[in-house]
Amino acid sequence: MSSPFQYAPAPESRSIVDIAPSYGLFIDGEFVDGTGEPFKTVNPATEEVLTEISAGSAADVDRAVAAARRAFTRVWGPMRPADRGKYLFRIARILQERAREFAVLESLDNGKPIRESRDVDIPLAAAHFFYHAGWADKLDFAGLGANPRPLGVAGQVIPWNFPMLMLAWKVAPALATGNTVVLKPAETTPLTALLFAEVCRQADLPPGVVNIVTGAGETGRAVVEHGDVDKVAFTGSTEVGRSIARAVAGTRKSLTLELGGKAANIVFDDAPIDQAVEGIVQGIFFNQGHVCCAGSRLLVQENIHDEVIASLQRRIGTLRVGDPLDKNTDIGAINSHLQLERIRELADAGEAEGAHRWQPACELPDRGYWFPPTVFTDVSPAHRIAREEVFGPVLSVLTFRTPDEAVAKANNTTFGLSAGIWTEKGSRILKIANQLRAGVVWANTFNKFDPTSPFGGYKQSGYGREGGRHGLTGYLKGAAQ
Amino acid sequence: MSSDRLAVRKTYKLYVNGAFPRSESGRSYEVTDHKGHFLANAAWASRKDARDAVVAARGAFGKWSAMTAYNRGQVLYRVAEVMEGRHGQFCAEVEAGEGLSSGKARAAVDAAIDRWVWYAGWTDKLAAVLGGANPVAGPYFDFSMPEPTGVVAVLAPQQSSLLGLVSVLAPVLAGGNTAVVVTSKERPLPAVTLGEVLATSDVPGGVVNLLTGDSAELGPWLAEHADVDGIDLTGAPAGRAMEFEREAAGTIKRVVRPPATEPDWTADPGLSRMTPFLETKTVWHPIGV
Repeated sequence: MSSPFQYAPAPESRSIVDIAPSYGLFIDGEFVDGTGEPFKTVNPATEEVLTEISAGSAADVDRAVAAARRAFTRVWGPMRPADRGKYLFRIARILQERAREFAVLESLDNGKPIRESRDVDIPLAAAHFFYHAGWADKLDFAGLGANPRPLGVAGQVIPWNFPMLMLAWKVAPALATGNTVVLKPAETTPLTALLFAEVCRQADLPPGVVNIVTGAGETGRAVVEHGDVDKVAFTGSTEVGRSIARAVAGTRKSLTLELGGKAANIVFDDAPIDQAVEGIVQGIFFNQGHVCCAGSRLLVQENIHDEVIASLQRRIGTLRVGDPLDKNTDIGAINSHLQLERIRELADAGEAEGAHRWQPACELPDRGYWFPPTVFTDVSPAHRIAREEVFGPVLSVLTFRTPDEAVAKANNTTFGLSAGIWTEKGSRILKIANQLRAGVVWANTFNKFDPTSPFGGYKQSGYGREGGRHGLTGYLKGAAQ
Repeated sequence: MSSDRLAVRKTYKLYVNGAFPRSESGRSYEVTDHKGHFLANAAWASRKDARDAVVAARGAFGKWSAMTAYNRGQVLYRVAEVMEGRHGQFCAEVEAGEGLSSGKARAAVDAAIDRWVWYAGWTDKLAAVLGGANPVAGPYFDFSMPEPTGVVAVLAPQQSSLLGLVSVLAPVLAGGNTAVVVTSKERPLPAVTLGEVLATSDVPGGVVNLLTGDSAELGPWLAEHADVDGIDLTGAPAGRAMEFEREAAGTIKRVVRPPATEPDWTADPGLSRMTPFLETKTVWHPIGV
């Protein structure tokens, strides 16, 4: 569908960021060269090489863990909790002060629209630090008994879909509870984590409290399997989560896993269709669908299927796909060539298995990694696109007739991260929300996040929670949930 | 009862789906007291029995987890009431199996009954203690509440055959989970009697399934079973816990690791045995007119 609107380009300036030709690892408060094979990070919207990044070897990880251990034992552990909190408040403020710089850098490295990095990722990251800062000297009141103790050194591995936000989800609660951190950012999106290292220096955070070791899977494995790590926190695929759970089996390490999802977004026939359509779009196309809790399975009541799909297609036709730095862009670039291949493969499988593919007429840039917003109808629960996490802008539409059928289909998955319900009937919302086996249920909204609100999965979407009082427990000894 | 009366002995069987079957394998094994004297032939549960028990536990989960917390509390309290009536029998079995003095056996049975009472009182407080409203920065009502994990496999302690068993089972049930328990291998008899108590305490069939036998044999199957959501490895045989935890990783099970040695079961358990098998669900709804 051709848009009736004409947009002039409205690019956000990238002059606010200053990317160095190469970056080292951040260990013990200093940038040092890694001893692994350096790698390049590219702008997925243009395939332009942004900079060269050091890769942490097992020896580098060892030094980082040693620095974190020293900082835990000598500085951060013994520090007055109120002072720990003040460091976190400082970090939150610096993130707010440098928010635009972080947003532009995030969009350059990740490919997400500036509208999202500017309005969601970075403000929420700052909010996470501000929220957890307040907890540092109030842990006695968290319902976990008097004087709950930190675990020690936390090894944290985060994904590429929300690089800075996931850093905040991991680092803020770890530091607030008195732990020190070795963080491994995703291979394709290391830049905001490295800029965060500079924030730590501006905040005069003691050396070794936060260590950032860039690299690929091998580096992450070295962090997770290191013998002097007390806590492992991972966000990423269920497949890698399984291997991490195996790796920590039989050790003393505490483990938090935030893994994949295949969320059902259930639309009942009494839902306000326009609002539901906005929610469907927000649920699956937010962040190019690179969202573990994305509403990737639309369950629509059979009698309104055609109306919802027509309305949805009309709305998708107005989405703007393109330059992530353009303030009008709704859908940016796919984060990597590898992920693009994965999306293509699953979309092709959807067609091969008999589902019907629909995509709007939209021009995609010549360079970079792009995939148009895609809707599959006539999807059966057995299709791969109904069972596997696509992690891209691909929506699978299934139908139901009764609430019981909706719940049965929604729960018919090995995942259990999130779900959505659209209906005007309050009692139905509460009943269905009770029946859904998912850690986060959005009713008449979708993809909302807040540092006060616990987030995490049921079943094979992982265990442990991030955010809220619950999120503290993963970083404290013997803590109840 | 005249002393020359020949006693009617009990057949000790499994407790699965509210019934008392023998092992489908036809196997049994000899159970002796601590001096090696014959006590009974217990059913020797097989892999198939374990799988049947998981089916029963899954089938019972919907009803048990949907029961009001008040009602679930009353059912668990009822278990304590019915146990009290069998106090003497439990004492005799614990004394024989564990080789305790009669005073210590009585203390263990007392503590086991009181543990049910303690957990019965928790069912309708968990949501208040572990859940609540989240003050999100936006026009949304946002609340979190604990929910049961689902079907939990429990490898019960090997030493403490009743108090230890109740200490690992009751917390799983209080949260609304259903359970498949592998009892102490050498000391299974109090568990079977507990099954008879559960069968007459308004606990729906399938909520608790008790398998007498060898956790070394059944542990791997339960650890890898795709319809088991969590596993408590407290009674795992020495040296096998890491292997079971690795198996459990294949389906991202919630795992309670075994302590280095069997704990003192008389200690206050706190929340530590309930929270590993509770999920937190967070629900959002817009606020508006």
